[in-house]
Amino acid sequence: MRNFAYYSPKNLADAIAAIRDSGGDILAGGTTVVDLMKIGVREPSALVDITGLAELEGHEIGADRIRFGALARMGHLADDKYLVAAAPVLTESLWKAASPQLRNVARLGGNILQRTRCPYFRDTAYAQCNKRSPGSGCAALDGGETSHHAIFGGSSACVAMYPGDWAQALIAFDAEIHTQGPGGRRRIPFADLHVLPGDTPEVETILQRGEIVTEITVPIVPALKASHYLKARDRESYAFASASAAVGVELDGDAVRDVRIALGGVAATPWRARAAEESLKGKPLTEESARAAGRIAFADARELEGSAYKIKLGADVVAGALMTAKSRANGGK
Amino acid sequence: MTSKTSPPCDGLSRRNFLRTTGAAGAALGVGIRHAAAHQPGSGVPPDAQPKIELTVNGRLRTLTVEPRTTLVEALRDTLGLTGTKIGCNQGQCGACTVLLNGDRVNSCLILALSANGAEITTIEGLANPDGSLHPMQTAFAEQDAFQCGYCTPGQILSAIACIDEGHAGSADEIREYMSGNLCRCGAYPNIVAAVESVRDSKEG
Repeated sequence: MRNFAYYSPKNLADAIAAIRDSGGDILAGGTTVVDLMKIGVREPSALVDITGLAELEGHEIGADRIRFGALARMGHLADDKYLVAAAPVLTESLWKAASPQLRNVARLGGNILQRTRCPYFRDTAYAQCNKRSPGSGCAALDGGETSHHAIFGGSSACVAMYPGDWAQALIAFDAEIHTQGPGGRRRIPFADLHVLPGDTPEVETILQRGEIVTEITVPIVPALKASHYLKARDRESYAFASASAAVGVELDGDAVRDVRIALGGVAATPWRARAAEESLKGKPLTEESARAAGRIAFADARELEGSAYKIKLGADVVAGALMTAKSRANGGK
Repeated sequence: MTSKTSPPCDGLSRRNFLRTTGAAGAALGVGIRHAAAHQPGSGVPPDAQPKIELTVNGRLRTLTVEPRTTLVEALRDTLGLTGTKIGCNQGQCGACTVLLNGDRVNSCLILALSANGAEITTIEGLANPDGSLHPMQTAFAEQDAFQCGYCTPGQILSAIACIDEGHAGSADEIREYMSGNLCRCGAYPNIVAAVESVRDSKEG
């Protein structure tokens, strides 16, 4: 790892100024940033360590929304019993990610901004990676191994997958991101935060340089209580999703009043499956309709060589997650 | 290490950096300090060797690091505490697990500067002063919970945290919450047995 200047500001204004003046990267828990620096993917001239900004810590479950400070740690939240009861999809998607050691360090703001695990992005021995070196090509599409690449949202320049879990719960439940940067404060619908790779896969979000995620808010709706995160992976624990689903339902008798479905492990960005949601609204939620919703969710998938398995697996995961959410809506586990 | 990556030690490079950064830093309230241990709110240039303070196994230590020095490097190379191992060095294997302010963490992914002021527990800090082992160390020996032993310091720190966190309720839960520690010898069943035995002796 190359050396770098290191700043540890005590307040947001100093942090924003330090990023502006140093041209450095933001450091929080560091589980992505330090990792990428070690393998030579990132070589920032400076790091601005924002973990001293106490104002970005903590979380609260309010009357109409849950607020998460951007520096709250994944592991501490996953074990919060009130959050487990109020929003199981938010805690399950946290504890099913990474390992206990990583979750004790990784912060929520960094978690939603984590970089892809595409092996050609991470291994600088490969010259071709449009995300790492714009214009250099894509080793994955040029005969590479693509069993863990995106079947939604990819482009001819990049099919790298967004690896996160918690983001799927956030997009399913209309979360918002709050930021502060050189241009002031703003509030961003979570669904607008990440951008598709298109011709510029090096651009992953709409955040401006020096713009710091300060908090994340999730509106409380009835479907949040009857929610679930189901994650299928190559091994039972501590692996990225082969396919996952963040879901929630609100029932009116037998009929679906509200339903949320987002898909992990399959897309270039966090991915909401709105057509699958629409297919269920106003109708009974049965194993048959859940399976149909799973198929609808993957109707537009564009598999790569090696990733066709995600279509069948993903549809099954959606159906299974919906049945668990239905059980929870009816007072079960 | 610095001599390999820094300009000759004529002070020019560092002085120039200090001059420019110091000016910007003063405006920002982000000053540069060298004499005392690194303070929150300050900054250090890339070729600096700032001092940090760590309380390691109950003892306050002041040590000199580089910005890029990781916590595990500081523990092993600077303090000579080589019980903590480096496996993958990418936060994937758990061999470098230590307790930081009571939380288990991968010390290979944490910058020493970021850990400034923290309390650290390593494998060397578990036994009693009279040399008697921590119950988890004894359980690993009794349950034959290792073969080559390389991952064992990290496994033991992680196992202690697993019980303290309340995640040792069943064998399945132990497997889930010990998944951040890989064992290439495959001692997993005996590791689970060791965790269960310590959990049960605590409950008893």
